Amino acid sequence: MSPVKTPMLEITNLHASVDGKAILRGIDLVVNAGEVHAIMGPNGSGKSTLAQVLAGHPAYAVTAGSIRYEGKDLLELDPEERAREGVFLAFQYPVAIRGITNAYFLRSALNAVRKHRGQPELDPLEFLDLLAEKLKAIDSDDSLTNRPVNDGFSGGEKKRNEILQMAVLEPKLAILDETDSGLDIDALRTVAGAVDKLRRPDNATVVVTHYQRILNYITPDVVHVLSAGRIVLSGGKELALELEARGYDWVRAEAAV
Amino acid sequence: MDAVQRYVAQFEAFAGNGAARSPAWLRDLRAAAIARFAALGFPTTRQEEWRFTSVAPLLESPFAPAPAVGRTGPAAAGGASPRLVFVNGRFAAERSSLAGLPAGVRVGNLASKLDGPAGAFVERHLGRAAALADNAFAALNTAFVADGAVVHLTKGTVLAEPLHVIFASAPGGKPTVSHPRVLLVADEQARATLVEHYVAWDDTPYWTNAVTEIVVGDGAAVEVVRVQEESVHAFHVASTVTRQGRDSTLALHPLVLGAALARHDITNVLDGPGADLLLNGLYLLGGRQHADHHTIIDHAQPDCRSHEFMNGVLDAASRGVFNGRIIVRPGAQRTDSKQTNHNLVLSEEARADSQPQLEIYADDVKCTHGATLGPLDPKELFYLQSRGLALAEARALLTYGFGAEILGRLRHQGLRESLDGAVRARLAAGHVAEPAPPR
Repeated sequence: MSPVKTPMLEITNLHASVDGKAILRGIDLVVNAGEVHAIMGPNGSGKSTLAQVLAGHPAYAVTAGSIRYEGKDLLELDPEERAREGVFLAFQYPVAIRGITNAYFLRSALNAVRKHRGQPELDPLEFLDLLAEKLKAIDSDDSLTNRPVNDGFSGGEKKRNEILQMAVLEPKLAILDETDSGLDIDALRTVAGAVDKLRRPDNATVVVTHYQRILNYITPDVVHVLSAGRIVLSGGKELALELEARGYDWVRAEAAV
Repeated sequence: MDAVQRYVAQFEAFAGNGAARSPAWLRDLRAAAIARFAALGFPTTRQEEWRFTSVAPLLESPFAPAPAVGRTGPAAAGGASPRLVFVNGRFAAERSSLAGLPAGVRVGNLASKLDGPAGAFVERHLGRAAALADNAFAALNTAFVADGAVVHLTKGTVLAEPLHVIFASAPGGKPTVSHPRVLLVADEQARATLVEHYVAWDDTPYWTNAVTEIVVGDGAAVEVVRVQEESVHAFHVASTVTRQGRDSTLALHPLVLGAALARHDITNVLDGPGADLLLNGLYLLGGRQHADHHTIIDHAQPDCRSHEFMNGVLDAASRGVFNGRIIVRPGAQRTDSKQTNHNLVLSEEARADSQPQLEIYADDVKCTHGATLGPLDPKELFYLQSRGLALAEARALLTYGFGAEILGRLRHQGLRESLDGAVRARLAAGHVAEPAPPR
């Protein structure tokens, strides 16, 4: 008899609201290490809210339910504690940081995480070695390294930069919030390809997306459809193709029955 | 006796005593300047240009001429690089070093350059900028002009190391005033970096009333880093006037860390086609500090470029004022002008005022401007937290970014690194207030 495996992420009956308006109305989701889950759904269904709640955005109030991450109560943790424990959100709209170079920012973030893990902090030279290795791992170059974080970056550069941060911070649970939005086909292939390279048996990925196309590069184990703040349908990777072909209306219609 | 009369009387004592031995042209220059000062008087907040900055605290008590001091006082900053040091406005030869400068640079203190060919050179340039005529403080400086730094880079001279000009104030228990002066003339194709550094040696209130004149000849490239690190009990009033020739480059970095009340008027005339100006400044204020920058960038010729970036970090009950005027003269076609003023307001009591003024009289130009003021952005804080930084670290990093953005544009790497240390120390010592609740 195998030991009972603790899921990496276990969301139970999650309700969340922003400005008093209920957005999530009872999400149940279990994600295990090594899995890729796609969360799909029409605009306004609550996909991004779910991503933000997982990262701990203070504007969203959790009104009911629970989120357990590696057996711990995730909602008890501050956003930075979640990050240090291995939760990573790739932002839909990455934020520009005035005057701080990518290299400086990444080293500050990595050292915060390393300190938490009881690892020694890296000095600038050690960090640059590690960065070079990570850039190679995701087939990227160092053109963004000494530019201020996301400042004046193109849409593609911003998304590529999110994935670089993910590669450096080595999260256990990565949540990609509409990472495909605003990308042309070539940029999508680059970015999604990089995410796929970072997959490991001991980490998990939640891909939040409106469109199926990113899933051509990151094959999901499970596809969930979110509608009006609930998961109304779950299935295999072929569900994404069906949604692409048929749209979302039929899911909503079936859910309403 | 009102304040104006007080300084006119001080001038009369000066003119009748130490200044009487000066050459006639200088005595004439001073006499005209004191007359101009008396006619203008000290500005009041009823004047548009002084609306946000009251000099009343400066007029309440008398400031005596700063006395000569002996060889006491701390070692001056600047390390081993060539430097001119002035204490209470007077040249301190024993603290200065001009070793290692190339032959093409003629540098020294003003008081030693009033006669002969050097005197003719100084006479040709000193106090000639039109912008100085309308400013009572600049006129007062000229009236009392006695010593200061004179730097003349002859054609093609390249200064590899920065030249430091340090003005230290040591009032020694009684409020005093000094009138520092810098004259920098770079002839054709010369290249140099100059550091102007204002520091305090004690805590007595004092007043620095400085004027810097910079002439950048055709094809010359000059970088000036101005570090105002006066005591928090000091008043610092300054004018910087620059004129640039054809295809010249000037980078001017006014960095404000000190003084209770600071006012800096900066006037840049782009006077030759193809001239390039970078005006890139930073003010980090806390306590009840007040710093006011009034800048004028005058595009007098076509094909010039000016990029102006002023960042402010305002904590506690401090106040930052920025007024940036851009003039594009008729015929100054293909002007490329950009201005930004970003203010980080860290406390409820702090305040920032920002006024861009664009006057464009040519039609084929590219002019942009933008100003922001406000607390740390909750979106930026959350982004940093989501990467593992604690809230306090995130605040410190974002605040530092306002300074780092400006320092990143310093072209001289050694200066960039040493000033980065100064800015970090200043921020670490300061208090970073609670931001607004995140949204």
